[in-house]
Amino acid sequence: MSGHEHRDDYGAKLGMWLFLFTELLLFGGLFLLYAVYLKRYPHEFATGGKQLNWVLGSVNTVILLTSSLAAAMAVTAIQRGEARRTVALLGGTILCAAGFMAIKYVEWSSKFGHGIYPGSEHLKAGPPGESVFFSLYFLSTGIHGLHVVIGAILLGWIAFKVRGGELHAGNNILLENGALYWHLVDLIWIFIFPLYYLIL
Amino acid sequence: MSDMQQAATSFWNDTGKTGLTSWIFSTDHKRIGLLYFYTTIGFFLVGVVLGLLLRIELMAPGRTIMGPQTYNALFTVHGVVMIFLFIIPGIPGAFGNMVMPIQIGARDVSFPRLNLLSWWLYIIGAVIILTSLFSGGGAPDTGWTFYVPFSSRTGTNVSLAVFGVFIVGFSSILTGVNFVTTIHRLRAEGMTWFRLPLFTWSLYATAWVQILATPILAITLVLVMAERVLGTGLFDPTRGGDPVMYQHLFWIYSHPAVYIMILPAMGIVSDIIPVFSRKPIFGYKMIAFSSLAIAAAGSLVWGHHMFTSGMSDTAVVVFSFLTFIVAIPSAIKVFNWISTLYKGSISLEAPMLFALSFILLFSIGGLSGLILGAAATDVHVHDTHFVVGHFHYVMFGGTGFAIFAAMHYWLPKFYGRRYREKPAIIAWGLMFTGFNVLYFTMQVLGMRGMPRRYYDYLPEFGPLNLVATVGSWILAAGLILMLVNLFRGLFWGEPFVGNPWGGATLEWSVATPPPTENFEGEPVATHGPYDFSGVKK
Repeated sequence: MSGHEHRDDYGAKLGMWLFLFTELLLFGGLFLLYAVYLKRYPHEFATGGKQLNWVLGSVNTVILLTSSLAAAMAVTAIQRGEARRTVALLGGTILCAAGFMAIKYVEWSSKFGHGIYPGSEHLKAGPPGESVFFSLYFLSTGIHGLHVVIGAILLGWIAFKVRGGELHAGNNILLENGALYWHLVDLIWIFIFPLYYLIL
Repeated sequence: MSDMQQAATSFWNDTGKTGLTSWIFSTDHKRIGLLYFYTTIGFFLVGVVLGLLLRIELMAPGRTIMGPQTYNALFTVHGVVMIFLFIIPGIPGAFGNMVMPIQIGARDVSFPRLNLLSWWLYIIGAVIILTSLFSGGGAPDTGWTFYVPFSSRTGTNVSLAVFGVFIVGFSSILTGVNFVTTIHRLRAEGMTWFRLPLFTWSLYATAWVQILATPILAITLVLVMAERVLGTGLFDPTRGGDPVMYQHLFWIYSHPAVYIMILPAMGIVSDIIPVFSRKPIFGYKMIAFSSLAIAAAGSLVWGHHMFTSGMSDTAVVVFSFLTFIVAIPSAIKVFNWISTLYKGSISLEAPMLFALSFILLFSIGGLSGLILGAAATDVHVHDTHFVVGHFHYVMFGGTGFAIFAAMHYWLPKFYGRRYREKPAIIAWGLMFTGFNVLYFTMQVLGMRGMPRRYYDYLPEFGPLNLVATVGSWILAAGLILMLVNLFRGLFWGEPFVGNPWGGATLEWSVATPPPTENFEGEPVATHGPYDFSGVKK
């Protein structure tokens, strides 16, 4: 509406990085709670952590890392002007996201099946630290999962724009920013995974 | 708006679009700024009415006009509306949007559409907050701090209100991202960092606080919702949680948020004082850096809200010490403003009167803050009316009066018409008097032991409460006079052309009102923001 075309790719990327900081800080609040409660309930956290399925967690880590690779390759592909390959790679990323969510679904429903969910009778009856652990687990992975879904939708929308020719080698900042967002989703998982599945 | 007879070159009409949709879907920073202005000032008036009702209730002991539950709801809504819907978005959203891009010589902000989205998110959040008052279990009654465990148990509509605040917080983050990027990327040729007007510097520091602090509020509010809806128990002691953790998370945001509210107000004052003293600002760099210092140090002092919450003594001492550190950059600003006035050619027009009262009222608020920041004295006045008086001195006497100063200083620029000076000064006098009668009395009441947020009180507090309530009426009378005079002037007053204040910042070099593109051609900054040598009044 302002009547002139002003493009500042560097500025757009700067803005995206600032936004990613805010996302890190959002999860930072949860990591802070994790640190405090781990100090208070080391044994209950260990018991809780052992109940998580590290095999499924590892598979999901591999899936997310692969999806990030595909997203990074999509950026290179569009810079080379290969629109079809870009779309295919973005499709791969989204497919990985779907796989990640499917495994998450399996994990969560098995926990639900054992009566483990926030506010459940099972957790209320158990030691308090375990309830804290699983509440944090569900919140962290839940909010992360929400980010996976948002990221996948974002990349899908971008893929349509690439296919329509709106984004191309000369104008791809939207794709670069979308990929940055996806790497953030990946990065947060890289912290969640060891904290909940491995070190306890 | 069509009855305004301006040259067809201003942003009011030069795109040929003047309908409602050309405003609420505009990406022009000036239009968005005015949208923010009207909506924030609207919510301010809502908050004022609630505040007046609270004062009437406290006028005499026992029930005066409402029951205790209504009272609890009203002080909660008063706080939520004033803080989240007025003060936080007030200066960056309204005056930051209107003025900052012109001050740095830009045509717009870096992300104009994101800017519009910010305003819409603000409106959506506000609508959700308002909905929460009239639906579900009724208006929240937790106080604006939403402290657990009460906020996770009360039957009132806390979840929806908290969700609304979450959305408003998102809007605040996007404004912060936008402003930091804009100030980095869109400064005109010659507009070096040390030629930036101090208002822009203060917005820059504020934007960083918005970016770094607001996400913590977001996750805290999500946790409150999870506590209520899912029963996560993270703050529930019977389930292993810790309510003090909530207070930590809440204040990690909400103390820096105080600086989101006060920093841009200090920027307004730093811009107005040199103009009405006809002198370059004293200690430009120190004022600019002190904004950053306040933003940084202010992020590390949240624990001083929790001296009586059961923290370790070590934590209390450390937070108390850090709190005193913040006083240093704040005092640097005050001394530099005073030094700017020294031997200046001072003209006491309305913007200057409001800016000067900012210095006095903010200083009273800041010094009473030290009484609260020192652990030994805090335990005596914690949760009393002394606290209420203190933060109203800072937030209303500080930020509020700075907003009034900005309204008298900048709005004529954007309307091309001005208010009448004499009623503005009478209004200022009424407000200044009423303000002190109201809030100084509160501080005395607090010193004598009257708790805050109590519906009823001992009869011995009666006379002073009556005085405070009368003060609130004087304040309200001044406020009404000010707004009537201001808006009458802006729509039907004398023309405001050229550079009547004699400002040297870039916004005074463009047409009045500015055209949509702000500048004809590319602006070049050739002198500092307070170099008045070449400025003709």
